[in-house]
Amino acid sequence: MNPELQGRVFEPTAPYLVGREKIREFARAVFATSPLNHDPEAARAAGYNDIVAPPTFPVVIQESTLAQLLAEPDAGIDFTRVVHGDQRFSYTRPIVAGDELTAVLTVASIKSLGGHSMVTAESTITDASGAHVVTAVSTLVVRGDE
Amino acid sequence: MADLNLEKGQIVAETTFSITRDSLVRYAGASGDFNPIHYRDDVATSVGLPGVLAHGMLTMGFAIQPVVDWIGDSGKVLDYQVRFTRPVLVDAVVGASVTVVAKVGSVDDDVARIDLTVTYGEQTVLGKAQARVSLA
Repeated sequence: MNPELQGRVFEPTAPYLVGREKIREFARAVFATSPLNHDPEAARAAGYNDIVAPPTFPVVIQESTLAQLLAEPDAGIDFTRVVHGDQRFSYTRPIVAGDELTAVLTVASIKSLGGHSMVTAESTITDASGAHVVTAVSTLVVRGDE
Repeated sequence: MADLNLEKGQIVAETTFSITRDSLVRYAGASGDFNPIHYRDDVATSVGLPGVLAHGMLTMGFAIQPVVDWIGDSGKVLDYQVRFTRPVLVDAVVGASVTVVAKVGSVDDDVARIDLTVTYGEQTVLGKAQARVSLA
């Protein structure tokens, strides 16, 4: 992997409009049964504008930034050798239906460890007003030749 | 609402999830992660895996749900992290059973750190699985 990627900041992703049915679909997929994830009235009663996304929903937006990284011509990342090492989400607020979200990817670090490379990709997700919503940090392990 | 008299080590939630191949297909569609190692045995074995695996992000996704149900609002989760240490192999017929135990790791004013132990068979599949939740 190209060590010069470290510190690189990518172009913001195209705005992603969070749909109510997409949140419900994702909630069902992760066994999220809270009324706040499904019922707009319950969400409004709890102070939200619309239904609330489960905590790992930002992965849907993060996915487009990781696609940017893998497609970067000089990155040298072989997708078939990539293993997800760890994942973290740090929230300013939860994602709710109706949010229009944009993500900016920064390659926070690149390390080599025993023939493998580890890339830490940080996706900063903001809403239409530019306010921070959540930062998603993934460490991808790229296995070396065996 | 959660009981706020929390003590370190206290179990706040415990749930067992039954994961099937159907769960993997549903998660693939919902998340957009269509890596075929999560639904095709032939592809999984061709890259040296013992069989079809659950998406790590699916395991991360449901592992927090017992905590969300306990705290009552997923918006109270301030931070959530996991390390993917072992795969969850999902048999085509019997699926896989994954157990989540959520314990209080520490309490600091209005924020608790909840530590998750996520096991499949006798082995843990996530490392350093922690959520910081607001108790306010």
